[in-house]
Amino acid sequence: MVLETGQERSLMMIRLERVTWLTGKALRIMTLLFALCVISFVLLSYSPIDPVQAYVGADMMRVSSQQREQISEYWGLNKPPLERFVRWGRALIHGDLGVSMIFRSPVRDVIKDRFAASLALMAAAWFFSGIIGFVMGVTAGMNQGRWLDRILKWYCLTLASTPTFWLGLLLVMVFSVWLGWFPVGLGVPAGQLSEDVTIWNRVNHLILPALTLSIIGVANIALHTRQKLIDVLKSDYILFARAKGKHGVQLLWQHGLRNIMLPAITLQFASFSELFGGSVLAEQVFSYPGLGNATVQAGLRGDLPLLLGIVLFSALFVFSGNLMADLIYLVVDPRITEATTL
Amino acid sequence: MNNNKRVPIHKMHCADVPKGARHAVPHYISGWAFMMKGYDMLSIIDLSISFTQYRTGLRQKTMAAVSNLNLSVAAGEILALVGSSGSGKSLLAHAILGILPSNATMTGALVFKGEPLTPERQRALRGRDMALIPQTVNSLDPLMRAGAQVRTSVRNGKGRAVQKNMFERFGLTSRDARRYPFQLSGGMARRVLVSSALASGARLIIADEPTPGLHHQVAQETLTQLRELADQGCAVMLITHDMGTALGVADQIAVLYAGTVVEICPSSDFKDQGHLLRHPYSRALWRALPENEFHPISGSQPLQDYLPSGCLFEPRCEAGTSLCKNERPELRELRSGKVRCVHAS
Amino acid sequence: MNTSLTARMPYPVMAFIPTLNRRQQTLLLMAMAAVVVGVMIAAGILLDNDRIATHFDQRNLAPSWNHLFGTDWLGRDMFTRTAKGLTVSIGIGMIASLASVVIAMILGLASATLGKTVDSAVSWLVDLFLGVPHLVALILIAFVMGGGAKGVIVGVACTHWPSLTRLIRAEVLQIRFSEYVHVSKHMGRSRVFIAVRHVMPHLAPQFLVGILLLFPHAILHEASITFLGFGLSPHQPAIGVILSESMKYLATGMWWLAFFPGLSLLVIVRSMDIIGDHLRQLTDPHSAHE
Repeated sequence: MVLETGQERSLMMIRLERVTWLTGKALRIMTLLFALCVISFVLLSYSPIDPVQAYVGADMMRVSSQQREQISEYWGLNKPPLERFVRWGRALIHGDLGVSMIFRSPVRDVIKDRFAASLALMAAAWFFSGIIGFVMGVTAGMNQGRWLDRILKWYCLTLASTPTFWLGLLLVMVFSVWLGWFPVGLGVPAGQLSEDVTIWNRVNHLILPALTLSIIGVANIALHTRQKLIDVLKSDYILFARAKGKHGVQLLWQHGLRNIMLPAITLQFASFSELFGGSVLAEQVFSYPGLGNATVQAGLRGDLPLLLGIVLFSALFVFSGNLMADLIYLVVDPRITEATTL
Repeated sequence: MNNNKRVPIHKMHCADVPKGARHAVPHYISGWAFMMKGYDMLSIIDLSISFTQYRTGLRQKTMAAVSNLNLSVAAGEILALVGSSGSGKSLLAHAILGILPSNATMTGALVFKGEPLTPERQRALRGRDMALIPQTVNSLDPLMRAGAQVRTSVRNGKGRAVQKNMFERFGLTSRDARRYPFQLSGGMARRVLVSSALASGARLIIADEPTPGLHHQVAQETLTQLRELADQGCAVMLITHDMGTALGVADQIAVLYAGTVVEICPSSDFKDQGHLLRHPYSRALWRALPENEFHPISGSQPLQDYLPSGCLFEPRCEAGTSLCKNERPELRELRSGKVRCVHAS
Repeated sequence: MNTSLTARMPYPVMAFIPTLNRRQQTLLLMAMAAVVVGVMIAAGILLDNDRIATHFDQRNLAPSWNHLFGTDWLGRDMFTRTAKGLTVSIGIGMIASLASVVIAMILGLASATLGKTVDSAVSWLVDLFLGVPHLVALILIAFVMGGGAKGVIVGVACTHWPSLTRLIRAEVLQIRFSEYVHVSKHMGRSRVFIAVRHVMPHLAPQFLVGILLLFPHAILHEASITFLGFGLSPHQPAIGVILSESMKYLATGMWWLAFFPGLSLLVIVRSMDIIGDHLRQLTDPHSAHE
């Protein structure tokens, strides 16, 4: 995109382009979410699980058919699917995601509370795996072909093939059971009153699950960063920089880092999907009361409103990650920001 | 072009004692006294570069991109290396600087300012005493402003001052210095590349195809700059496939064919019907130019993995004999130039 | 001054076989990985079923020569359980990834050759599937299908095709608009000729490599979903089930219940990954000459 002097785009045109882009994105997420709603709803209405049974649980035998009718009526389960969908859709637009059968409270509240716990976990893992992964990837890329690179590559590839939950189990066995340094699970010490729970308590319970997620996350990020750096090092401008006498750390600092920073950060934000998936597994191993745990519970026990709500929420979460990645490019890449006169 | 313009040795700007290549280089070359009028900045002796690639299946083959190349560039002169694509020109530039790709094997010797050019010395002198003007505009870092890029090449003196000076010389404004490469036109980008090379204060400049695709005026500008550089005592190696531009500005011409030099001569030999030229290929090149007969010869340059065992030009040569088929001729002195042909006179 | 090629030997073992070049080393590695996988599968199929019956006299034994991976709380030999479990996982993974690749191929080809509307529709569908985290979608689908092997296979098949579709679409588009196909068409070659001689040679290795690289992911996800409790019943000894059961015995110090099965899973997934990755290196023209 070489601009001859005199052909600069006006500020007006830039603003218009940006607005169009944003509206396009908003429209996209709307259609996506709508489609998800329809598909999930349709799927769930054909599921073999009887929601009334899931709600009542083991007491099913003692519930008379009349009472079952009442329960059905209450939850609106005996109406035709389309009507149910419309009712649900209307409630959704007003922000009402229904009531969770398992937790006996509005889905919105359940998601809000659980997500706060999961967010702490995911944020910690995100930061650590991002920073350490980047450093590892850059080190491996700069030393391509040598022993350090080979060791790092093998290490990361092995980690990437490791089941998250197995790693969690190993960590529990070593650090909780054998060494006793950290608690075995849960989010707060068992039996402690909620007023007495301190930040340190929460952090203590957070460390092992966050470590599990981080270790696995590092692998992917390091591998991708390494590959990007290798691609950059093959470029013409790096060859010219070497011809100018630059090498080693100076070469990396002046030319390499700049050119991989943007892809690396984009990758970080695009990894929200993996992060969420990982947290589902980690929370299960550590019985950590997060959103992932809630998803599993909802799935196992047939809590449709909660499951639907979580599916939609996770889609929104992933979308926001991708959106942030795009926004960063828009804001930071000079090829896009400098397309006006100086 | 003008032999009178050669700067005498005692007026050199080099810090090194100009020993002259004749002392450091093997005896058999020292007979070419005509080359020592200037001071041989760079001598390339018997250079061969080859690559390994995979054939079908699991076997590997070696491809010789450059074979037994001999040439010298003296201070104060422009040597134009002329050859068609695929004759190994860019590779030569990278070999001199020591930035060949990792699957390349190099044999032979390089002598710079009288001392052998080892990999350690290359690493030390790249960008300081030897500078490259690259072929492609993509050699500019897309995320770095033009001025900043030139400032990174500055070795002695204040970065900003030198860069400003350079840009003024090439007609680039301070606004241009703040532009990113994607905002520069082709010609402006080329000027940035040239100023980057000059800002380093190097005494050996290798210009790799500086003119293709350029507006005629800009091309002329670039060549004039190179001439100025040479006149100030630098050694310039101009790599090009454009014979016309080469002849306009160079002192010596080296003709490259299939990875080896077949002739080195003063550029003044390229005139009339080319009767002063020694090698049949140089004559054919001269005749093929639109200004002359515009008459090409049949055939094409052999591929790197199918080089003939004897003289490389023999398959296309009218005067080829059985002697040419069997032995590859050595580069020998003839009149005031060098040629790699058994029958040249 | 001579600079010679450095010996490119990826692993210390290779120091003893200096005459092999990079391509030969790759094949050797692939063969070794294949042997590992083969042995596991063979063990799973051939080992006696009696060893996984309950033997109350052999409960909770630590690893020994008799029981390589120890025994569990019911006296079942862990090694046999693991081998059989892995075989089940590999089987399911294979079916699921095959289904995924077929879907990806069809949709990828369709979106690259059938015009703009189909392309937009498929792209939108890809975005839809990629918009939900893998595991959440798996849980949803497994829930809907009522769990069991069926649910797992459909779930894994439905969540892994999007990235491969994108790849295939990009490849086919590139080929379609490349110059040699253009020239071929203008030279009068029939569509079938172009499809067979130009497009297939590019796609066939992609297809193979796609399956091989999808495989490890599929197995891992299958194990994950089973671990969470959505997959196979506890009577079928899938790795996920073995590991989720071992969670209950963590505090009792029976570390071998979790360590070995997980390690075996890791080794298998890694070996398949090696095979797939090296095959890609051999067939991809860009890296084939390193």
